[in-house]
Amino acid sequence: MIDQYLYLAVILFVIGAVGVMIRRNALVAFMSVELMLNAANLALVAFAWHHASFDGQVASFFVMVVAAAEVVVGLAIIVSIYKTRRSTSVDNANLLNQ
Amino acid sequence: MTIVFWICAPLMVLGGLGLILFRKAVYSALSMALTMVCLAVLYASLDAPFLFAIQIIVYTGAILMLFLFVLMLVGVDTPDSIVETIKGQRILSAIGALGLLGLMIFSIGGAVTGPSAGLAGAEQAAGGNVQGIAQLLFGRYVWVFELTSALLITAAVGAMILAHAQRTKPKLGQREQADARMKAYADQGTHPGSLPNSGVFATSNSIATPALLPDGTIAPDSVSQTLAERGAQLDSTQLRALTAETFERAERIRDEEDEEL
Amino acid sequence: MIPLETIDPVAATGLFSYAWLMIALPALGAFVLLGFGRYVEKSGPYLAVATIGGSFVVAMALFVQMLAAPVDQRAVSVQLYTWFTTGTWQLDVGLLVDQLSILFALLITGVGGLIHVYSLGYMAHDERKRRFFGYLNLFVAAMLTLVLADNYLVLFVGWEGVGLASYLLIGFWQYKPSAAAAAKKAFVMNRVGDLGMVLAISAMLAQFGSSAFIDVNHGAEHLAPGWTTAIGLLLLLGACGKSAQVPLQAWLLDAMEGPTPVSALIHAATMVTAGVYLVVRSHAIFDLTADARLAVVIVGTVTLLAGAWIGCSKDDIKKVLAGSTMSQIGYMMLAAGIGPAGYAFAIFHLLTHGAFKANMFLGAGSVMHGMNDDVDMRHYGALAKYLPITFWTFACGYLAIIGFPLTAGFFSKDHIIEAAFGQSALVGTLALLGAGVTAFYMTRLMLMTFGGKKRWLDGVHPHESPAVMTVPLIVLAALSLVAGAVMNWWIQEWLEPAAGNHAHEVELLPTPIGWLTMLVVAAGVFVGWWVFGRKPIPAVAPQGNVLAVAGRNELYGNAVNDTLVVKPVLGVSRAAVAADAKAFDGFVNLLANALGGLSVGGRRVQNGYVRSYALTMVLGVLLVGVVLILGLGA
Repeated sequence: MIDQYLYLAVILFVIGAVGVMIRRNALVAFMSVELMLNAANLALVAFAWHHASFDGQVASFFVMVVAAAEVVVGLAIIVSIYKTRRSTSVDNANLLNQ
Repeated sequence: MTIVFWICAPLMVLGGLGLILFRKAVYSALSMALTMVCLAVLYASLDAPFLFAIQIIVYTGAILMLFLFVLMLVGVDTPDSIVETIKGQRILSAIGALGLLGLMIFSIGGAVTGPSAGLAGAEQAAGGNVQGIAQLLFGRYVWVFELTSALLITAAVGAMILAHAQRTKPKLGQREQADARMKAYADQGTHPGSLPNSGVFATSNSIATPALLPDGTIAPDSVSQTLAERGAQLDSTQLRALTAETFERAERIRDEEDEEL
Repeated sequence: MIPLETIDPVAATGLFSYAWLMIALPALGAFVLLGFGRYVEKSGPYLAVATIGGSFVVAMALFVQMLAAPVDQRAVSVQLYTWFTTGTWQLDVGLLVDQLSILFALLITGVGGLIHVYSLGYMAHDERKRRFFGYLNLFVAAMLTLVLADNYLVLFVGWEGVGLASYLLIGFWQYKPSAAAAAKKAFVMNRVGDLGMVLAISAMLAQFGSSAFIDVNHGAEHLAPGWTTAIGLLLLLGACGKSAQVPLQAWLLDAMEGPTPVSALIHAATMVTAGVYLVVRSHAIFDLTADARLAVVIVGTVTLLAGAWIGCSKDDIKKVLAGSTMSQIGYMMLAAGIGPAGYAFAIFHLLTHGAFKANMFLGAGSVMHGMNDDVDMRHYGALAKYLPITFWTFACGYLAIIGFPLTAGFFSKDHIIEAAFGQSALVGTLALLGAGVTAFYMTRLMLMTFGGKKRWLDGVHPHESPAVMTVPLIVLAALSLVAGAVMNWWIQEWLEPAAGNHAHEVELLPTPIGWLTMLVVAAGVFVGWWVFGRKPIPAVAPQGNVLAVAGRNELYGNAVNDTLVVKPVLGVSRAAVAADAKAFDGFVNLLANALGGLSVGGRRVQNGYVRSYALTMVLGVLLVGVVLILGLGA
């Protein structure tokens, strides 16, 4: 019964990972990361249901909090990069290579 | 529950695929929204009404809207090109993704055994879902909970600092702007007056409508460049034809009425 | 020789509990002057004088109270606080106010105070006057810490403080390269002596489990003879460094680069007397080891002759006086090395020397003040008429140092020569010879400076110094005349409980050796007059004989140091540098190159594309997962 939720979570997670790896738009890549987080959340909630315990839900809650903070900072970084480089492509932000 | 799952799960996978496959970021964001709403529904079906609400309010409501705001803020520039620039990235990504999928499915395969307990008993013991979460949150996990407050405040401050732009040049007043405009006119012949309005026709006066110059050509400055780049610009000549036709008809009717009199 | 049992100090009560004020006042002065800079730019020097004055008042009050106390309660220990406790050792900071240290405190604060007052005039036009007075205060505070400490570790703190302050003051005009070099030289040579001190203190801590004077005094008897000799010799090394005794004498003459009041302070009240103090303070050790005492005697005798020799041949008035200081400190070391018979005489001579040498140095400063800071005596001459007060006060110092009957040096030096004859005829004869030479070069100095004809450079108009400079001279001149007579019958008994010396009967009428000394001194004066008084002195130094040339070159002390220490050390350093450059750097460079090559490869991986890093992460996760699963399966 719970297996299907987990498989769904895995599929979403992998989709997110692929998004991070192939998309160049920073916002889309960022959304893919969010998708991965959501996939993990789904697994957590499913486990909570399976084990009859709220811990999974609480963990999921914390993940959301962290995700919210992460989004705020990440978007701020994207905006400030955009301000200076006029681009949201992650490939352009490769100063480390230079 | 099973029905709910089988309705939501395909939608979510579709949304996820849409997220990574649409070339326009706005579509990606909307696909993401679909996934999130479905996820919220799954939460509800998994006896997690609190998370259901949070997912809708925080994720779909706040975070995704934030994404959309930023998307609009940074401008909807040209869609991602499909050409991969990093050598071997696609192939290796595919290998990695498949490997990851295989690995996790393999590991899940034997991980969960026995029937699921469900949360009904636990909810009854705690007096409800929210109460149960609250007991944990303010009991066992209170320290973590406090730490998240520090995290949030740091993130808020950090975002403000990152997004804040220090003014490096003095603010331009009316006089300076007028001077600059006259200087541009003197140097490059730029027209010092305001830009032309968008066109106003009988059937359209949207900002995507270019105005016409007296000689019938389109005034290029009358439409925002962004709209032009996006290809949203309307064809004024057609509109003009339509308008002219309408006028003609109206005049003809008037003439006829005049003749009748 | 059985050492006398010294009397243990009693706990401090009443006024004695405030003995720390003696150190605290000048230390506070130094802190305010150096720390609050421009707020006290104007008032600073007066504040400095006031703190020393306050210290002197405290010292005087304690002295008076000590005089009134019964003999067995005169030595007082003042426990201040526990410095630190480590393992079995507890190190307390405490002061020992006894008959010996109070005399030193009086000398330091008294003569030091007069020098402060004098400096008000001497340094009046110096831009960095405030800083100068801050350093002077620091110097005095450090020296007081040195003499008032009740254990060797606290003494060492003062000891190092004196070294630091002397470095700062000798190099006070650090824009002169010679001054900067002299300061460095003094500092480095003092470090050599300090090494001896550190080792001696470490040996004491190891052997006695404490470095307090009282524990060392009690424990010394039970110590193995080898250890006592070792500690004695190490202490002697420390004393040599601070007191500029052969072989660590070379810094003293260069130290003349500092302002003249500093020279006076170093030579009369502080610094060079520390070595003598150390030997006398450690009498419990030296009483038990004839070998170390013999070393002290040899060092003292050699130094007294070497100093006198240098004094004979220098034309720089301050360097003559510096040579004379070396020589006089040599006398003190000699006396201290003789053992219980000589301790009191060493201190006696130290005190009288403090008065007359400060007098003469400040007099020399006054002469320089009038002669546009020229120090070459060949440019002086006939100054008696133009600088009357300086001349008369200097003359008092002169009489005192050559041992003119009834002046200070007469009493103190004669005792030492007598005691030296008591040690051995050879040492006595050499000490006697030293007295004659002293008379010779001091006569030379007087004649070249104040007598004869004018040999002034153009544009020099000698003038008497202001009262703020002459009054200290007069006070010190008076002390030079009467200090000996005042203390002659008193000091031995006074010091007996503290220094463990044997008191001898002293007579006013000289003993046969005393008469002989007077004869030798008279001969020295006569020879001085014969050579320098009868005919005009050439303005340029004559070629001179071998002895004079050797003296001018400071007996080749610098050359010896150069050959024996500096060159070998430089050679070793060069070898070390070469080894470092070739062997170690070679190895390290090889390693670095290998790593560099590795990083060139690594850099290719770091292409700066975030997506590529994400891919790497995924692959890494995959790898770890596979390994884990396979590992669990196995």
